[in-house]
Parts: sequence; structure tokens; C-alpha cells
Amino acid sequence: MSTDETFGEYGGQFVPESLMPAIEELTEAYERYVLDNEDGFMDEFRRRLADFGGRPLPLQHAESLSDRYDTEVYLKREDLLHGGAHKLNNALGQVLLAKYMGKERIIAETGAGQHGTATAMAAAHLDMPCEIYMGETDIRRQRPNVFRMKINGAEVNPVTTGRGTLKEAISETMRDWATTVETTHYVIGSVVGPAPFPAMVRDFQAVISEEAREQVQEKAGRLPDSVLACAGGGSNTMGTFHHFVDDEDVGLYAVEAGGSSLEVDEAEGVAPNSASLSTGDEGVLHGARTKLLQDSHGQIMESHSVSAGLDYAGVGPELAHLVDEDRVDAVNVDDDSALEAFHRLSQDEGVIPALETAHAFGYLKEHHDELGDLVIVNVSGRGDKDLETVLEETEKRDLDVAPDMSVLRDAAGSGGDL
Amino acid sequence: MGLERVFADEPAFVPYVAAGDPTYEESLEYVEALERGGADVIELGLPFSEPIAEGSTIQEAVVRSLEGGMTPDRYFEFVEDLDVDVPLVCMTYYNLIAQYTHPETGETGPRAFARRASEVGIEGFVVVDLPAEEAGPLREACDEFGQDLVFIIAPTTKGERLERMREHVSGYVYVQARLGVTGARDDVSDQTEESLARVDDWAVPKAVGFGIKTGEHAERIVAAGADGVIVGSALVDIVADGADPDVDQPFPETVQRLESKARELKEGALAGAERAAAERSD
Ligand SMILES: Cc1ncc(COP(=O)(O)O)c(C=O)c1O
Repeated sequence: MSTDETFGEYGGQFVPESLMPAIEELTEAYERYVLDNEDGFMDEFRRRLADFGGRPLPLQHAESLSDRYDTEVYLKREDLLHGGAHKLNNALGQVLLAKYMGKERIIAETGAGQHGTATAMAAAHLDMPCEIYMGETDIRRQRPNVFRMKINGAEVNPVTTGRGTLKEAISETMRDWATTVETTHYVIGSVVGPAPFPAMVRDFQAVISEEAREQVQEKAGRLPDSVLACAGGGSNTMGTFHHFVDDEDVGLYAVEAGGSSLEVDEAEGVAPNSASLSTGDEGVLHGARTKLLQDSHGQIMESHSVSAGLDYAGVGPELAHLVDEDRVDAVNVDDDSALEAFHRLSQDEGVIPALETAHAFGYLKEHHDELGDLVIVNVSGRGDKDLETVLEETEKRDLDVAPDMSVLRDAAGSGGDL
Repeated sequence: MGLERVFADEPAFVPYVAAGDPTYEESLEYVEALERGGADVIELGLPFSEPIAEGSTIQEAVVRSLEGGMTPDRYFEFVEDLDVDVPLVCMTYYNLIAQYTHPETGETGPRAFARRASEVGIEGFVVVDLPAEEAGPLREACDEFGQDLVFIIAPTTKGERLERMREHVSGYVYVQARLGVTGARDDVSDQTEESLARVDDWAVPKAVGFGIKTGEHAERIVAAGADGVIVGSALVDIVADGADPDVDQPFPETVQRLESKARELKEGALAGAERAAAERSD
């Protein structure tokens, strides 16, 4: 089915020549340390994921949601991973690998700030200097994570090009890498980029489905009918799906950000969504052939989502392939539905999800009838980072389920800055 | 035949500018000024929205050009409208080639792109994010339409990779003078000579680019053994200086500055060749 450099027609290595030797070096290191566990790399990774990261993480039976939807719903609690999102699985793996490779410096891009935070934490933990590129728009909407990165000792470099979101941050990190490639490892934050990144990031994230598969059998005595995860670049989905891919009876749902609409404005080069799997076309971006939001000439569109972590015009090549093969269903929910789901999960279950994660719960609400009797939803991250955005976006809408937030506004005074 | 010919008698000056920067009309005049100043081959950028190998100078040029409505078909029209005699090389990123649809045949992809490019007289390509490993389909199309595919050798390219690229390259080899992204610099990288040494015995001409800004830089680089110099950002900086969003007219000063900058660089390259010849006869 794939050589893991390519997934069907997707994947590959489309990068400037200056980066190619580093990619060859990384490929070799990935094969030796990750695939062959040379020098006990994977043992050390697992030990650190447990001691530093807090794994294994629970698969929680969600009682209220199960009642509400008349379906057994289980939550895979990646929000309980150190740092508050699944991102640490990958960041820790890559920073450790960079150490084994003798690299001296870490760089990374971040959208929601979760990957930047996880990388900054892993770098501090493993004593590596670290710089993070983050779009200006995302710095504004994810301030708590900017604080956390800085407090962990990372430099945060604002990216002002384009709309100042994840796409621009990735381009800028690649520019840094092209200059510093001999000493620096680029910890890419999702299953995107040139091979071997998509396969390697998937392998680091696959611990999610490895645990979930065992836990569901233990708790429910069988495999689930459906597994749901939100998809930005796709690391959360690939990690959550990987060990279920061969279980043909398990439905796999990658929930993308439908934003405010699935229509695109070709003239402006803007897609008011980030649904590259559902609506994109094949193309080449950031080192791989994959599905992209692009205009008819091949220029990449600006994407949109209320959640910074899903706001990306591309998606991982393996996920694109699994969708083409009809093994994964690419679905999407819009900003409104995600916000509503954010409030519902917080009130029903006492779990405040990231806005990214809330997309998966939005889909659960709208389609629980079609998902079978036993559903796992991956809680990719916790929502503390999103509280400012949630306040602002909730006020713009008339959501039945939202609490009255006026107490916050009153407390903050008329200038109203939390 | 092939782009090799322009390097045969004397060191070549190879300017880069983005087509359509800052506007279509201005850009036509600017490219023509470069030829008058002494350009031997022109690398004409087809702007891509995510130029990951470009520094801020060219990145901003790309934004200006795209905002002016540049598209691949408009680019080919631009080439047809240009009044220059020197060969043109299309410099771009792979997605625009992969997505291209030929307006008459309806064919898409590298072959369609190469065909359309050959119809307007483009003789070669530099595709920034297309390493030799992924270049198969475009290479085949280039062979079919008699075009050259130029590869960039980076300071990091060594050993086996270098050998593999040697088999793929045609026209000239683009020797990247320093690691990093494009952008004019105040000094010549020490990596240049070492990089040139690595391709010393290659049969194709060697053109050095990345960071070259002055005639004196050009002289040193040719004296160090290069067959040509590629200069982008130092020229695009002049275009940017003369970019006025309210005026869609080439400024005579900008035309003049580009022409004399080109002359300075060409003369620098020629002086470098003389210096090398003098050193050899010592
Ligand atoms: C909490 C959370 N979930 C999901 C994502 C989506 O990214 P990916 O699909 O690459 O896992 C992000 C990205 O930042 C995130 O922070």
C-alpha cells in the first residue's frame, strides 16, 4: 500500500536542495532509532512519555453524552497529557531524536501554540535551545500558550506574512532551517512535510490508538464502531486511527474545520474553512504532495477556522490517501457547531476541550445516529488556551447552550480585556 | 545548443526578477533594462504564494506580483510581450507546474507546462522545491521539448547526492553560495570556493548565486572559478524602491538604476575573468 515515503500518490520530498541532505540524515536516524530501537531509543521515549508525559492516559466512559445520544461514548483523554494536548507525544519523540542525532538546536512552528508549547517543554526537559515561529494572528488568539513557551525558555518569533497563521509559520520555519540545517532539527508539528516526517510523526502519535484499542477491549469487551478525531495537519487523527486501520469494521472519521462556509472566494484566494480533505485538490506544499486548498492556478489559499490549530491549507499525505481509499471518512463541522460543542462538553462532562477538539464533538452531536453503538472520541487537547476566543466568539452568536458570560465582562470593566 | 552556449565565450551575468513585479507593464521595461545592461540569461520568476526558499526581498516581490494578478498563463503572455533576445529560464515552485492546464490541449501537469513554456520560447527551468529525486516527469518533458533543467547545488550537497545530481543537470549548474534563503549580502561567502571546488570537473557551466550584490562580488566569484553570477535580491531591491502602488508606469530612474546595476555586475564578472586569466599566467 505504501513505502511510507509515499502513500499512494501522496507524500514525497519536495524541498529546496539545501534541506535534502538533512532529510536523508533524518531518514536514516528514523530507521535506526525509531524503527529498529537502536541504542534503546524507543525504550527511553516510552519511559519519558510515562514519567514526564503522564502516560498511559485514561479512556473515560462519558456518561452524560452516552445518555444524551443513546450511544456508548468513550473519551480518549489526550488533554491530560503533559502540556494539555496530544502534541507532546510527537514533540518529545522528535526532540529526543534530535539529541540522539547530535543536533544542537530545535526550531518549530506552531498554530494553536500547543505544538510550540509541547516542543518548548520537551526542549527544556532535554536541555536544548529552542525557537518557535508563530503567526501574528495566532499569537493574538492563543496568548496563554505564548506565555507558556516563553516561560519554558523558548524564543517566540512572530510571523507577519500572509494572514499570520500556521501556513506562514511553517514557511518561515523552513527558511530558518535552510540556513541552520547542519546544527538544527526542525520539529514539525504534524504528519505533514517531506518524508520521513509524516510516517515518523504518525509513529510517535500512534501511542494514542495503541492504548485506546487495548482499553476499549478491556472496558467494553469489543472494538468500537466508530473513532472520531479532529484534523488540522492530521497528527491527532493519524495517531488516533493508526492501530484501528486494519480493523475494517471500525469507522474512522476525520473531522475538519468547516469554518464559516465551504464556499471559496477564488478571486481573493480565501477559503473560509480549513477543510482540505473534504474540498481540496491534490498539489504540492511544504515538502509533500497532498490535498490542498488552492486556486485553479495552484496558488495556496488562506484558510480559516475559529480554532488556530485546524487553520491550515494542507493535510498529511497518509490521511489524504486513506480518504481516497475510503478507509477514512473526511467530514467537517462549522465554527458555530464547534463552539456549541465546546460548551456542551464542558457542561455535560466537566471536560473543557480545545476548540480543535470541539469539532469532533460537533460531529458527534450532528451524526450520532450513524456512528453505531460504541464510539471513541479523541479529546486532542484541553481548552484553557481558548477561553479568550470562546468569550469573544460566543458573544457574537446566539447559542442556546452557552452560559451567560456577563459576569466576566463586568469584572473586566468596560475596556473588557481578560 | 542549450543554455551552455551563453557561458562559452565569457562569464555570464544571470539576473533574476519576478515577472509582474511591481506591475505587468513596469516589469516588462525592467526586464528589458536588464538585457541592455548586459544580461546573458534571464531567470524570470513565476511567483508562487509560498516561496519557502526566498528571503524577505523576493517574498515581497512575489506578493506584489500576485496582487497584480499574475498567473501562469499571464506569465506566458508576459514572456511573449517581452522584447529581449537573451534566453529565458523560468524559475518557480513545483505546485504551479503540477497544477498547470494547457489552454489548448487541456493537458495538465509538467508536460503541459513545459509545452506551453516552449511555445513562448522559454529554454529552461529552475524549480526551487524539486530535488533530482522528484524531477522525473519534468525531466522527461524537458527532453521532449528541448529544454534544460537546472539544479541547485547547496553547500550541504555532498557525496552520493552530488553524483546523482551530476547525472540530472543540464544547461548550467546553479551553485548556491551560502546556506539559507535568497537575499543580498554585504560580503561574499567563504563557502563559495569550496562549493565550486565540488563541481570543478562537471561538464556544465557553473553559475553562482545567493547573496551577490555588487560588481566587486561578481568579480571575486568569477575569479574564484565561476562561469557566471546569478543576482536576484540586489535587483529586486531596486524594483521595490521604485514600486509605487499609485503609479502603474515604470519610473525612468528605476529603469536607469537597473540597467546600470546590471552593467556593474556584468563588468564585475568580466573583470573577474581577467583576474583569473592573469593569475593563471603568473
Ligand atoms: C488540541 C489540538 N487538537 C488538534 C490539533 C490539530 O492538529 P493535528 O491535526 O495536526 O493533530 C491541534 C493543533 O494545534 C491542537 O492543538
